[in-house]
Amino acid sequence: MDPMSGPNTSYDPVAVAALEPAALEAAVAAAQAAFDGAGTLDALKAARLAHLDKGAVALARREIGALPPTAKAEAGKRVGDAMAAVRTAYEARETALQAEAAERILVQERVDVTMPVARRAVGARHPLELTQERLMDIFVGQGWEVAEGPEVESEWMNFDALNLGKDHPARQMQDTFFVDPPDGGLVLRTQTSPIQIRTMLTRTPPIYVVAPGKVFRTDDLDATHTPVFHQIELLAVDKGLTMAHLRGSIDHFVRAMFGDVRTRVRASYFPFTEPSMETDFECFVCLGGDPLVRSDCRTCGGSGWIELGGSGMVNRKVLTACGIDPDVYTGFAFGFGIERALQLRNGVSDMRDIVEGDVRFSAQFGMAV
Amino acid sequence: MLVPLSWLGELVDLAPGTRGVDVAASFVSVGLEEEELHGADITGPLVIGRVLTIEEAVQKNGKTIRYCTVDVGDHGQRVTDGIPQEIVCGATNFEVGDLVVVVLPGATLPGGFQIAARKTYGRVSNGMICAEDELGIGEDHSGIIVLERYLGPERAAQLNPGDDAIAVLGLGEEVVEINVTPDRGYCFSMRGLAREYWHSQGSPEGGYRDPARVGEVPRDSTEGYAVHLVDSAPIDGVQGCDRYVARIVRGVDPTASSPEWMKTRLTQMGMRPISLAVDITNYVMLAVGQPLHAFDLDTLSGAIGVRRAREGETLTTLDGVTRQLSVEDLLITDGGQKPLAIAGVMGGADSEVTDTTTNILIEAAHFDPITIARSSRRHRLVTEASKRFERGVDPRVAAAAAQLAVDLLVEHGGGTADDAATDVDVTRPRTAYELDPMLPARLVGVDYSRERVIEILRHLGCEVVDAGGETITVTPPSWRPDLVDGPDYAEEVARVDGYERIPSVLPTPTAGRGLTHSQQVRRLVASALVGRGATEVLTYPFVSATFADTLGMAPDDVRRHAVRLANPLSDEAPLMRTSVLDTLVDALRRNVSRGQRDLVLFEVGSVTRPEPGSSHTAPVPGTETRPAPEVIAAIDAAVPAQPRHLAVALCGEIERSGWWGKGRAAEWSDAIELVLVVAASVSVPVSTEAAELAPWHPGRCARLTLPDGATLGYAGELHPAVCARLGLPARTCAAEIDLDALTAACAEPVKQADYSTRPVALTDVALTVDEAVTAGELEAVLRSAAGQHLESLALFDVYRGDQVADGQKSLAFRLAFRAPDRTLTTDEVSRYRDAAVAAAATAYGAVQR
Ligand SMILES: [Zn+2]
Repeated sequence: MDPMSGPNTSYDPVAVAALEPAALEAAVAAAQAAFDGAGTLDALKAARLAHLDKGAVALARREIGALPPTAKAEAGKRVGDAMAAVRTAYEARETALQAEAAERILVQERVDVTMPVARRAVGARHPLELTQERLMDIFVGQGWEVAEGPEVESEWMNFDALNLGKDHPARQMQDTFFVDPPDGGLVLRTQTSPIQIRTMLTRTPPIYVVAPGKVFRTDDLDATHTPVFHQIELLAVDKGLTMAHLRGSIDHFVRAMFGDVRTRVRASYFPFTEPSMETDFECFVCLGGDPLVRSDCRTCGGSGWIELGGSGMVNRKVLTACGIDPDVYTGFAFGFGIERALQLRNGVSDMRDIVEGDVRFSAQFGMAV
Repeated sequence: MLVPLSWLGELVDLAPGTRGVDVAASFVSVGLEEEELHGADITGPLVIGRVLTIEEAVQKNGKTIRYCTVDVGDHGQRVTDGIPQEIVCGATNFEVGDLVVVVLPGATLPGGFQIAARKTYGRVSNGMICAEDELGIGEDHSGIIVLERYLGPERAAQLNPGDDAIAVLGLGEEVVEINVTPDRGYCFSMRGLAREYWHSQGSPEGGYRDPARVGEVPRDSTEGYAVHLVDSAPIDGVQGCDRYVARIVRGVDPTASSPEWMKTRLTQMGMRPISLAVDITNYVMLAVGQPLHAFDLDTLSGAIGVRRAREGETLTTLDGVTRQLSVEDLLITDGGQKPLAIAGVMGGADSEVTDTTTNILIEAAHFDPITIARSSRRHRLVTEASKRFERGVDPRVAAAAAQLAVDLLVEHGGGTADDAATDVDVTRPRTAYELDPMLPARLVGVDYSRERVIEILRHLGCEVVDAGGETITVTPPSWRPDLVDGPDYAEEVARVDGYERIPSVLPTPTAGRGLTHSQQVRRLVASALVGRGATEVLTYPFVSATFADTLGMAPDDVRRHAVRLANPLSDEAPLMRTSVLDTLVDALRRNVSRGQRDLVLFEVGSVTRPEPGSSHTAPVPGTETRPAPEVIAAIDAAVPAQPRHLAVALCGEIERSGWWGKGRAAEWSDAIELVLVVAASVSVPVSTEAAELAPWHPGRCARLTLPDGATLGYAGELHPAVCARLGLPARTCAAEIDLDALTAACAEPVKQADYSTRPVALTDVALTVDEAVTAGELEAVLRSAAGQHLESLALFDVYRGDQVADGQKSLAFRLAFRAPDRTLTTDEVSRYRDAAVAAAATAYGAVQR
């Protein structure tokens, strides 16, 4: 029988059994047990109906109105506490069940993240270009500018203006590609130095330029030679420049590329510089070692030193050929092979890897060298 | 140049215990680079042996092998059992009883070659009978060294089996090899190198003994052999020969052989002992740097004449080659007529000393370096003499060198020297240079005092007069033609004082403007492509003479005009590329052949685009002053245009297949998209239109145009026939653009355009048109007619089929409208759309579906 639908036959205005503390405690306990027993949110919903919305405590609250005024307050508090206890028990269980459900979904949605992901190719720059950019940036960061020039170049720019006259022994050291006809005065540049000439012809000192580029010599491709390779050169022309500034620039370059290693210099000969200088730097792998004992370091061949490249004070004749007064200005120049920088820094042992265009070579580097 | 320590020690004071590495380091400190250390890498037992028995057998490979027994004295491994050393030998140039050089197990030969007993041709060989090259004393590997022949019978007679061959052959000694730069001709002699070593030790007083100091030498005498120097065609005004010393020694024993010490030295210096006269000329050349020539006096009929060759003259040189002479060649002639030698390069076969020569004329001359360099180059003859003359020989050493040779011939050949000598000397004295003694400090950055500068110059052999003025007067020594200008002296001061004293000072450049626009664009473009999965490669710019045909270019295609190399690396590839794609396809093919299937490659590089019909002759002006502007302009005009291009090549899947599903093959549109990505990376709008150009598929090639209508480049799928001819995967796609044009198109800073935050109104139209109408054309007309509020327009569907007539297609576009200041009404949007559709209808007969 629905307790709410018929007249209350056991009505006692002084004491209502449903409002007795024991009865309320039992109702709360029953609700708690029912909630705890609900294994799913659906079961919890049914238990809520039976024990919270329409349960014994809710029914007991209705009886309060029938109590004499003196008893109302006390019974009201008792019912209120009981109601709060049931609600708290419900909410705790609901939170727990919701968390469990959410957890279950996450478990169900689990995937194998180790499956290989390669929908699209990952691209890569050529490490030689990256090395070239890195070298440029070292000097651009110091205020130098970048100059460039043509690869098919005039003989005058490539040789004569650089004090490499037709009969100069050094001109014969170069194995030059000549443009047909061979007496037409055009060659594939054998060095980046003609950029120096073009720079001095078009700018007025002070000049501080770094000149990277592709150069050509008639070498066959093997592990250590390539007919097409890359150089980078420094050219500074200003008042009061000395070999000390040249050495300072080279030292800076070496530190930026290879770390904190020492350099050593010795006299050398290049037609376009006088005085000329050759620089070695301490092997950044074995850090020199014992100079008298050859180690088996593969980077430096065991000598502890790595040959860097030629440099020197720009020959007066070169300045003159470019219309710069050598009594007012001095200059220095320094050149270095970019392939060599890449080989040394990144352990590239075979030149063919650099020139063959195998994507696996570039891919190792991504966008970094 | 090789420097035996024992010889060096005769000319300078070598501290006891000085090793090869020390000497090399000393040379390096004065700027002479070490090439290699020789001699220290040979360890015994290396002994004299006498061949006892020879048993010869022809092997299956046709080679004759000798099984020998050799008496090696006490070194025999079974000597106590009375069994001689058994050695297998591949050479056959020796007999029983010959003395040979035997290397025994435990020894190490040059190159780290370790000797052990090993089985060869079926028997154990307990060591090896040596050839010259194995000991590092010559190139000869044609047979083993037979000491009776190698050292001469007298010397060989003094040897016994078991003697240490290292000492006999002078092998134990260290020899330092120095790399001599072309400006230091004087270092092609012990005289010059010893002087440099002396500098490296601080130039101690009396520490250098000049081997060219020979005391009195006879002066030129009319009694001497007649010599006439004429030069009708000096090169650059320089006389071909300005000094000629002739000395005569008669009655030389033609069978006399060179002394042992001389043979050893020549061997150590990498030269082969030949005969007394030749050995002496070589030895003196090595000692003082003066190339000498020995003529058989009896073959000469008249005076020695030095002159330029005449048109049509020939000479058979010592190497047996008959050479066509040039009018620039300088000749030594007999009586002014018959050529005897190409001066300073090589002698003729007719006048050379032979094994019957008894009367010898020694020539010690000085020739113009340029004349010799050109003759050497012209005849492709690099000789010990030409190497020295072209780098500059001391013109003052000739008489002393001749005297040294004469003395040696007399001493070892038993000859008698003529009292009278010839010394025709028209050399000009070196001019003095007024040197600012502060210049070295100014150029080098080290504070060299005036006194220090003068001291160093004097050590170098310069005469220095210091009158206390602003300059000092410096006359360089005769052996230093390289000392001309102030910086030459500055380098010498820095070098002798020590380059290591040069400090390291960073210069302070004027503020730079960073990378140029073009350099920045290249980096951005490359990054954008890499972001789309492309890989950068670099290829050689050389292409074959038939590349234009391979790519299917039209006969009048401008890209057929390529620069041709006169001396290409390979006759297969004599031309410079006119497109980067020409060579990028090679890299694609190589990758495919190595098993890569899905590829997106790109290259940024120069192409060479000569003007059709241009001659490409660049003037080569002098260098005494800056060339006139019109000369520089002429040079620049002759240098062909070399724009920078970008090429992209794709094949295989651009979206890969995998566990996630099927991928997508790269197609024509991917090539176009990559160009659009590149252009967008530098904010340049590019439009596409259909084009036909080799090497692309005629129906799948887009011309990409810049906002000003100029062509940026082409993209699409390659022609199937081109793919087949090049061996590329079918449906390879590619693009090539002019990067310089793109760079120019984005030279101005990007200007921001306002964009609206009002709601967007979208509307779709489907237009049916003839197949011939392109999406690009339709899009352009829609854009132009849709009004200013059209924000974007996108083709989202292309339909062909039942719903449209044959030969027609339906293109569906989505148009997005937005006003800057208000929400557009539906009516407005419809009006704009209808206007666009109407324009399409007018232009292309488009019908809305
Ligand atoms: Zn190392």
